[in-house]
Amino acid sequence: MLATATARWPFTRAVEREIRVFSRLWRGTVFSTFLNPIVFLLAMGIGVGGMVDEHSGEVAGVHYLAFVVPGIMAASAMQTAAGDSLWRVLAGLKWMRFFHAMVATPLTPADVYAGKVTWTGMRIVMSSSVFLGVATVFGGVLSPLGLLAIPSAVLTAVTFAAVITAYAATQDSEAKFAVVYRLGVIPLFLFSGTFFPVSQLPDWVEPLSRLSPLYYGVELCRMFTTGDPRWGVALVDVVVLIGIAALGWRWGTRSFTRRLTT
Amino acid sequence: MSMEEPLVMARGLTKKFGDFEAVSGIDVQVERGDVFGFLGPNGAGKSSTMRMIGCVSPVSAGRLRVLGLNPRDEGPAIRARLGVVPQEDNLDNDLSVGDNLTIYGRYFGLPRAVIKERAAELLEFMQLAERRDARVEALSGGMKRRLTIARALINQPDLLLLDEPTTGLDPQARHLLWERLYQLKLRGVTLVLTTHYMDEAEQLCDRLVIMDRGHIVAEGSPRELINRHSTREVVELRFNSMEDREHSVPRLADLSGRVEPVGERVLVYTDNGDATVSAITSNGVHPAAVLVRRASLEDVFLILTGRTLDE
Repeated sequence: MLATATARWPFTRAVEREIRVFSRLWRGTVFSTFLNPIVFLLAMGIGVGGMVDEHSGEVAGVHYLAFVVPGIMAASAMQTAAGDSLWRVLAGLKWMRFFHAMVATPLTPADVYAGKVTWTGMRIVMSSSVFLGVATVFGGVLSPLGLLAIPSAVLTAVTFAAVITAYAATQDSEAKFAVVYRLGVIPLFLFSGTFFPVSQLPDWVEPLSRLSPLYYGVELCRMFTTGDPRWGVALVDVVVLIGIAALGWRWGTRSFTRRLTT
Repeated sequence: MSMEEPLVMARGLTKKFGDFEAVSGIDVQVERGDVFGFLGPNGAGKSSTMRMIGCVSPVSAGRLRVLGLNPRDEGPAIRARLGVVPQEDNLDNDLSVGDNLTIYGRYFGLPRAVIKERAAELLEFMQLAERRDARVEALSGGMKRRLTIARALINQPDLLLLDEPTTGLDPQARHLLWERLYQLKLRGVTLVLTTHYMDEAEQLCDRLVIMDRGHIVAEGSPRELINRHSTREVVELRFNSMEDREHSVPRLADLSGRVEPVGERVLVYTDNGDATVSAITSNGVHPAAVLVRRASLEDVFLILTGRTLDE
């Protein structure tokens, strides 16, 4: 009888819920998670890229498509994470209250949080693999090391999911969620070295890009897909992302506990 | 856990939210096989108490043991053996009826084969078998409640907690639910429920406590409570207006029983309703309607607190 309560990794059961929901509803998410990045790839990589390459030949030592592929990959990971971690979290806490049902079982608020964030990472494994495959077909991936961009994108997504999910659990309504997009997600999307090197920014702005967690995710993805691994830099990127994720995780465990057990 | 240990044992149990004390030092004991009720109006502290027993709300002060364990240290182990039916439906709208049971069973770490067998049985028991593939949103209020109870039974709990199980349901759905809960009682499931319906408490509970403003004001079986705190019968006088009532109350003062004005009604507590009705009429009081009935838990609450349950 007690074996059920002490089983290992109870949060995996919270992940199971997400998998079951996804298996029912995945058709509705195809556009945002799979097609959206590919549309960006075509528009930016092929469209803008053709123009850029005509004028200047190369961006940061590679053709524009190869430059922008890792940017879109990491930025999409961030966007998917943000999209998963705001309204869906309030649905579980407030509108539909299924998180409350979960903590009435052996699961703890920390398990519910961990399940939610882990699932976002798993989704990115799927979506970034598809994206990488398509990008390879178009010639946007220059090295087999590009496979390492998948865990890089997953780490980026988990970092954002950890923080944004924690934040969402402190909110009572969705009022500020649009602001999170407008003042958070979209500026990061544009100014983290995604579509152009941050060296293009005015000198006084450029260092600010280092404040963006996405900057490190993009840098990490890019060194692998362009076949230019600098392991020291990679280590810094990974440490920064894991550090932010760990802080987010602490915050999330607390905000879920406060919200679900009062 | 020794055989004698009660399933729920609270001593001086207290819950505070900031300065507000929702539960003020209550003592409760629930034995195996009991159907135990918390009866009281909204805001009496019933749900706060249930959430503490359900190990989703930390105890502010006092002692609480559930299934012989301490909720503070052993929440997951206790919750593994509880079934919880919350006041607000929190079914998973993203999943079908059947999947709600499957996934919930997985939260308890039950093997899929076990869940499949139990889910089929529970859907049958709760008369939802044909709805297995339906979406939760398509269910009626009564069906959702029944599904929530089925879900709470998936781990074959030692203790089933039901917070206001029939609030918001139409009379037919309520009676069906009571009948199902009665079946569970016959199977020996220990039930703890809260309600502000005195008929629900009378029909289902072996023992209950009456709660008001965080305190327990009385405890016993429904019959004991009525015998102890009320007379056998009640004469209900209904007047056409508050003024009529005001005029009449002084003329009821010399009756032997207790007199309680409630809105446009006056309740007169007596052991002989018919004799009291004759006495009232001979005093020259002429209410618009007169009703003699047996005393209920509602009367016990009124006598103890001076208020009605739905106030």
